[in-house]
Amino acid sequence: MNTLTNVSRRSFLEGILSAGALVLCVRFVPENLWASDAASASRADQSVLHPSVYVGVDTDGTVYIIAHRSEMGTTSRTSLPLVLADELDADWSRVKVQQAIGDPRYGSQDTDGSHSIREFYQPMREAGAIARFMLIRAAARQWGVPEAECTTDVHVVIHKATGKKAGYGELAAAAAKLPVPKKEDLKFKPPSAWRYVGKGQTSYDLEDICTGKAKFGMDARIDGMLYASIEHPPVLGGKLKSFDEKAPLQVKGVRQTVIIDTFTPPHHFQPLGGVAVIADNTWSAMKGRKKLNPVWDNGAHAVYNSDQYKKELQQTARQPGKAARNQGDVYAAFNQGGKTIEAEYYVPHLAHASMETPVALADYRDGKVTVWASTQNPQAVQEVISQKLGIPKEAVTCYVPLLGGGFGRKSKPDYAAEAAILSKKVGHPVKVVWSREDDIRFDYYHTVSAMYMKAALRADGLPKAWLQRSVFPSIDSTFDVNATAASAGELQQGWTDLPFNIPNLRAENSGAPAHVRIGWLRSVANIYHAFAAQSFADECAHAAGRDSLEYLLALIGPPRVVDIKKSAPDYPNYGGSLEAYPIDTARHRRVIELVAEKSGWEKRKLGKGQGMGIAVHRSFLTYVATVVQVEVNSQGEVRIPRVDTAVDAGLVVNPEATRSQFEGAAVFGTSLARFGEITATNGAVDQSNFDTYPVTRMNEAPYKTNVYVVESSAPPAGVGEPGVPPFAPALCNAIFAATGKRIRELPLSRNKLVA
Amino acid sequence: MIQIKVNGVQRSFDGEPDMPLLWYLRDVLALTGTKFGCGMALCGACTVHKNGKAVRSCITTMQSAAGSEIRTIEDIAANGLHPVQKSWMEVNVPQCGYCQSGQIMQAIALLNQKPKPTDDDIDDVMSGNICRCGTYQRIRAAIKAAAGERA
Repeated sequence: MNTLTNVSRRSFLEGILSAGALVLCVRFVPENLWASDAASASRADQSVLHPSVYVGVDTDGTVYIIAHRSEMGTTSRTSLPLVLADELDADWSRVKVQQAIGDPRYGSQDTDGSHSIREFYQPMREAGAIARFMLIRAAARQWGVPEAECTTDVHVVIHKATGKKAGYGELAAAAAKLPVPKKEDLKFKPPSAWRYVGKGQTSYDLEDICTGKAKFGMDARIDGMLYASIEHPPVLGGKLKSFDEKAPLQVKGVRQTVIIDTFTPPHHFQPLGGVAVIADNTWSAMKGRKKLNPVWDNGAHAVYNSDQYKKELQQTARQPGKAARNQGDVYAAFNQGGKTIEAEYYVPHLAHASMETPVALADYRDGKVTVWASTQNPQAVQEVISQKLGIPKEAVTCYVPLLGGGFGRKSKPDYAAEAAILSKKVGHPVKVVWSREDDIRFDYYHTVSAMYMKAALRADGLPKAWLQRSVFPSIDSTFDVNATAASAGELQQGWTDLPFNIPNLRAENSGAPAHVRIGWLRSVANIYHAFAAQSFADECAHAAGRDSLEYLLALIGPPRVVDIKKSAPDYPNYGGSLEAYPIDTARHRRVIELVAEKSGWEKRKLGKGQGMGIAVHRSFLTYVATVVQVEVNSQGEVRIPRVDTAVDAGLVVNPEATRSQFEGAAVFGTSLARFGEITATNGAVDQSNFDTYPVTRMNEAPYKTNVYVVESSAPPAGVGEPGVPPFAPALCNAIFAATGKRIRELPLSRNKLVA
Repeated sequence: MIQIKVNGVQRSFDGEPDMPLLWYLRDVLALTGTKFGCGMALCGACTVHKNGKAVRSCITTMQSAAGSEIRTIEDIAANGLHPVQKSWMEVNVPQCGYCQSGQIMQAIALLNQKPKPTDDDIDDVMSGNICRCGTYQRIRAAIKAAAGERA
């Protein structure tokens, strides 16, 4: 039986501490979810000292730290608790990380936008400092010594003068009786005393992953659960006209079919609709589904043909759009004559294709839903299920197992809503498993974009005017049927924030209608904007007859803070203040200079078919410069022997995880540059599995990616996404250096690199 | 009735003979370490050992697995961590970790065949296993480290 009692509200211990609403809210995976975990299931909320929502200290000395952000491979589940453990002076080996359920009391749990560390570094430090403060105070009172004379070492409070020492576990009960200190009374460790921050730590789940014990969303099981495979309308907004109700039931293990209504626009995170086959196991559900023989009313988006649509986007990009940033007068500068250069770029739709397909298990009973979802956003799971089932948000409990990748797809919990709807209809817990084909054909796609660039060059080859236009269907279309124009949030990503030192500079955008679901994908609009801007910078360097790297530094100009609000008043800076996170060209320069040195740019000696390319890009408040080396053989096959990436992400909590993220970003960038392309015919997506939507394999990946992390005391910024944007332009600039062939359309598989 | 040995335990299966071994392992036996990734032997997430050889369990039907000995990731560390698992941890290979059971099963099979694999050997055998997080260079390093340990 499913023990819902374990997840009820009673596990909130409220009001035990002083006002200030530091309430413990820790909840657990019920024991019966994974039988093997039953013995190890602990209860942080029963630990004796729990001064904040993020931490509890038990009398045996076990420190429970809550990971409230989803773990999809970026190590946030390890790195944030590490910050807390460091400030608490806790022994990491005595820390148990507990994954939070969805609850607004944790603040944002939407694990996207590369901001877990940026937003929660300070709250985690404070939580650790509070607990440490209370343990010290408890010890000082017991010993009758001044607090100021007490200090901590790993997991113990010490009074040096008397040689007294007490473990955190011994002190927990006394500390729990103390009031929570005021924030201004907290003392933080100096960076020189940090044990974990900046030192690097492997994932809390490393051994479980390597032994197959780690539990992902795909692995959720509860007693009595059934499995569902869902046939979705092939065209967005399509409706089911008819299907064969009997044939699927002939498959052994199939129990029933259930219709899911097509959403009412806007689609938001609602299910697409369609018909589900419910069975005793995943295979029977998938097999039964093949016998559905559905007939669809495809609806308005059946007009979408991506080849034609591409031409329309490109046509629009050749016309003036709405200025999102303007300084000087580019059009007047172009009219003055002199050397001008123009180019057009294009990046198609992309799919996320995380290794674990969308999956969720939901159990509806008595007006409440318990759901185990592979989700980046458990609070959105609560919201969409609440809306679709007409129950309060608080009646939805969302557990978050490990995610087998996310890349932004799993911030949109349509599949979790499907599971809840089906569980209610069939009266059993239901696990919805998307096939790979479902994943590729029914994604929230990275948008498709066309860019037009024009520059007027001075005698020294540097631009006196730079015009850039982008045209793409906006992510806003997912939330508003009338939305076509790009949002400021999309335009900030590599467009309005261009750091080049050019007197006449204009960034324009024109809207475009969306015909598929559009969503954010790892680094989002930075992908196509950086591809166009950094490729065009290289084109300008070539037109000027100058070295690409030297020219890029000249384009960036002298170290300065870009006065961005003057020319782009709507610029949102990823939600960070411009005081804490200015656009600082000294940092662009530093990463370029670092990668130049490390990659051996100036001393490079390249043979036939070999090239090096560079790109620099700031995204998610992190500065990255990447140099890619390529070899292109006589058949036009590309090999990437080496990548060098320099990263300035401000204070880096976990350099080891950061290196991994940037190594991975080079592979992710390789995938989108080499193969990434989603197309549609009559509204239906053409690709379906890794045969038609290839992603990079080992033999196609960069052989070696070297990551250099700049030591910095600047406020922490993102590391999950910023490695992606500079990769494709650096690669394509390298291909130009190797072959003379300029790549203006991705993917590379659409381009012939040899005659 | 299909007879099959899984991680040393003899089992009988009376379900659909065309059910892939993957779903038998995951849904029937609750051995969820073996992952679903594509269903078409394109990604390798479902890799297990059948009579000592790496196979894609998503296209291996129960019928074709009848009478065979299957070994999954759950059994690899039954008597302590395997050298490949150790080197995977030392090199800190995983990011999300979802594909890593399959990668490790494939790597063990490779090293059983070729205790000192070259880069080309590693490419040939491991390129069937996709890692969307992009941990390939660490996978390569971990295989080489494991090869050293075995020497």
